[in-house]
Amino acid sequence: MKFFRVIGRSIRDAFKSVGRNFSLSIASITCVLITLLIVGVSLIIFYNVNETTDKIESDLSMYIFISNDADNFDITSLETQIKGIDNVDPDYVTFKSKAEIKKEMMDGSETFNNIMSEWDEEENPLQNIYIVKVKDSHKLKETAKSIQNLSKVTLVKYGEGVIEQLLAAGDGIQRFSFIVAVLLIIVTVFLIINTIKLTIFSRKREISIMRLVGASNFSIKMPFVFEGMLIGIIGSIIPIASVVYGYYYIYDVLGGKLLTEIVTLVPPREIVFKISLFILLIGAVVGMIGSSSAVKKYLKV
Amino acid sequence: MSLIEFKNVTKQYKNGVTALYDLNLSIEKGDFVFIIGGSGCGKSTLFKLLYREEKATKGSIILGGINVGKLRNRNVFKLRRRLGIVFQDYRLLPKLTVYENVAFALEAIGEKRSNIRPKVLKSLELVGLKGKVREYPDNLSGGEQQRVAIARAIVNEPKLLICDEPTGNLDPVMSMEIVELLADINKKEGTTVLMVTHDKDIVNKMKKHVIALKDGHLFKDYKKGEYVDEVL
Repeated sequence: MKFFRVIGRSIRDAFKSVGRNFSLSIASITCVLITLLIVGVSLIIFYNVNETTDKIESDLSMYIFISNDADNFDITSLETQIKGIDNVDPDYVTFKSKAEIKKEMMDGSETFNNIMSEWDEEENPLQNIYIVKVKDSHKLKETAKSIQNLSKVTLVKYGEGVIEQLLAAGDGIQRFSFIVAVLLIIVTVFLIINTIKLTIFSRKREISIMRLVGASNFSIKMPFVFEGMLIGIIGSIIPIASVVYGYYYIYDVLGGKLLTEIVTLVPPREIVFKISLFILLIGAVVGMIGSSSAVKKYLKV
Repeated sequence: MSLIEFKNVTKQYKNGVTALYDLNLSIEKGDFVFIIGGSGCGKSTLFKLLYREEKATKGSIILGGINVGKLRNRNVFKLRRRLGIVFQDYRLLPKLTVYENVAFALEAIGEKRSNIRPKVLKSLELVGLKGKVREYPDNLSGGEQQRVAIARAIVNEPKLLICDEPTGNLDPVMSMEIVELLADINKKEGTTVLMVTHDKDIVNKMKKHVIALKDGHLFKDYKKGEYVDEVL
């Protein structure tokens, strides 16, 4: 019963003292607001960088050239064998006949058109191919090697050399943006904790009087913990709103892509909820931790 | 049985200064005691040990059955609830009214809401400030502010009231009023009162139990009415 009385009073006091120490509350809230805004923006960038590099990696295809002496049976059995390989994504194994390739090339260029129009079906020197996507692009090389060993396969092309660099760059960018996001969050935590500490320093007197009249440490701490939480929650409202509306706006204006089709943006509804929740959580939890650690200092004898 | 027992208490601060040497004291329940002595004689340290703001380096302090030195930090509040503490600088919260300042003490210890109002009004009446409940401390005279502080100290009906130079900031007339108020509380409520002071006039007039300290030692323990003005 008494426990709930203390909790109830703490929540009431939290609201009261946010109002009563208005200027300091505003300072804390502003600090929370700005840092969380930065965190929100960096999270959006982080998600998009991840999305883009993932997309580029998953778009990587392998071209398997089939020997021209293979008959229909060989081609079908080759497909089964390719699909049986671990890293191959069985949903993305597509066959392209040499006739199709010839037509594509002829459509694409006048020169090819002139030369190739003279080839008949028997003369066509092109090869049938399988276009294959893999599940894990980092194992592209190994997969290519095992496909190369299958019978009736003459050549496997996957942009070797360039691909490794591309993958390394993608990994680097992902890692870098992750580190930046984490660092920003850590900086936020420290900034918020320090601002709240300053706020509480000005209320040392109040705390010392509470101690003198026999308030337990728990009941001294609780109002400050709730107050910190309240400041964190209030401070996260504007960042959440800005991130949600800002991102929807940018997404609409840019039409879901950045400059080229290669860099597409993550659709807002997929991430704004996650990011909002995360911002709110950081605000509330860091506010609580900040104020409780700040009060702790004054509860020692 | 005595309310307070100091047994061989020594207090040395971290900076090496020793404030109290091997102090032995005993104070009875319901007593009114002045603690006197010059600056740096250990008066304030003695008080800080009593309400466990500081811990004794050696010896033990028993207060109403509680071994103060053995009290854990998180249990200090249990001791403080049995004490009323009054300071020279009042220590009121300027943003709260007189009523709220006194009620603060009860709210802080989780008193039932329905009990707070009658208790606060009763103690404000006792100190003669019933007419000023809505005032803010800054609008009151020093003597009145000290009365609010006393009302806050006694609102929880403590067994012991300790006052650290409560008249230090007040003129002689107001000082006398405050001391008489404390004597009144001592008599009416049976609260044991301990008061540090360096105001010899007050001590001479009141003729109470006087404990004189000098350089951290017990200089003399005058029983009630024994005190004669001496040069310390």
